Amino acid sequence: MKKIYLPLTDDIIKELHAGDSVLLSGSIITGRDAAHKRLFELMEQGKPLPVDIRGEVIYYVGPAPAKPGHAVGPAGPTSSYRMDKYTPALLDRGLKGMIGKGARNQDVIDSMIKNGVVYFAAIGGAAALISKSIKKIETLAYEDLGTEAIYRFYVEDFPAIVVIDSQGKSILVK
Amino acid sequence: MNIRKIDASVITENVKKLFMEMNYFINSDILDALKAAQQSETSPIGKNVLGQLLENHKIAAAEEVPICQDTGMAVLFVEYGDRVVIENGCFEEAVQEGVRRAYIDGYLRKSIVTDPVFDRINTKDNTPAVIYTDIVHGDKIKILGGCKGFGSENMSAVKMLTPSAGPEGVKKFILDTVKYAGPNPCPPIVVGVGIGGTFEKAAMLAKKATLRRIDTHHSDERYAALEKELLEEINRMGFGPAGLGGVNTALGVNIETFPTHIAGMPVAVNICCHAARHKEIEI
Repeated sequence: MKKIYLPLTDDIIKELHAGDSVLLSGSIITGRDAAHKRLFELMEQGKPLPVDIRGEVIYYVGPAPAKPGHAVGPAGPTSSYRMDKYTPALLDRGLKGMIGKGARNQDVIDSMIKNGVVYFAAIGGAAALISKSIKKIETLAYEDLGTEAIYRFYVEDFPAIVVIDSQGKSILVK
Repeated sequence: MNIRKIDASVITENVKKLFMEMNYFINSDILDALKAAQQSETSPIGKNVLGQLLENHKIAAAEEVPICQDTGMAVLFVEYGDRVVIENGCFEEAVQEGVRRAYIDGYLRKSIVTDPVFDRINTKDNTPAVIYTDIVHGDKIKILGGCKGFGSENMSAVKMLTPSAGPEGVKKFILDTVKYAGPNPCPPIVVGVGIGGTFEKAAMLAKKATLRRIDTHHSDERYAALEKELLEEINRMGFGPAGLGGVNTALGVNIETFPTHIAGMPVAVNICCHAARHKEIEI
């Protein structure tokens, strides 16, 4: 199990290979369908983004509400392919890592190779377990979207698996 | 004829409890199947994923938090006894209120948007629930509830096959649907199949099939054999736990059937993730 301290640098990314199990520590941002749509539309209009995504890792997640005394509610990954339409533009903008579940299309993989980006899977449906590694959360943008807002998660030993590496190699079964 | 009066608040309380409990406590059939899968899994990553899922169920149950952050869209199949009268409210509203309270008081995620295409504004209480009601003879109300996550719901499909397609055509459509879904619906999956009826009846049967325990079988042995055969074929596809390879792509295949038209053979495949959450109550 490799321990990775965020942010991801190009040197770290080069050493991550499809099939590696990793534990991520540091901070990541979140975003799913509705937030991606908004970010994409802003970029199309040439407007600034509410969050600086350069060097960030984005986690595709809409957490459940936190019970009193918990930092966050259960927070497992959502299916990544729904973000595919918006992803190459975000990678061109400097996003360095993605955490989700399931397959990506070829446009995303091509853009990952071009921009030196890594795609991790978190285990779908292991939401209560995953939430144990999320220590603190802050809202960064789009609070009106509720669970779909962009949050910052501070994570310690967040369990993930490299499924597509920056060379485009994948362990997903087709 | 005796009429039985039930206060609307009783319906609300029961529905609330139903949805909170199904989100925290997985049924024993799924737990047993996950444990068996962990034993049989040949891929080290797959074995590890299954171990994490079992650990996740322990945490969810102990802390009474949702198993999965996608606490789904609430679906209820109701058998409403024709001698029951609801007092101080109406049945539909009492059910919706129960769902609302479960999702708000139970710390479940609110995932429902008002309008599907244009507005897409969150209703903030996970209502409306989808309710199917059959009027039956009697003085009881039976509610079978499920909370359906959409990672797997999106991978589902309906096809209007015609009679000449035969059992082979049915098999092919089911397997093609599962293959197309691949790693996306959180395998190992539960496959609900509805065959017969009309276009929408097949889809409802498929949904109902996902809400049946996977340690049960279709009462007609030919369909029971088909359930078993499909499960084996799906597990030979190699997607494995989380789609990262392995011999456990599905935990169960449940088929529900209904008479159909001389010209038709509708088939619906409703895919459900490994967190197949459902529960039944009788009031």
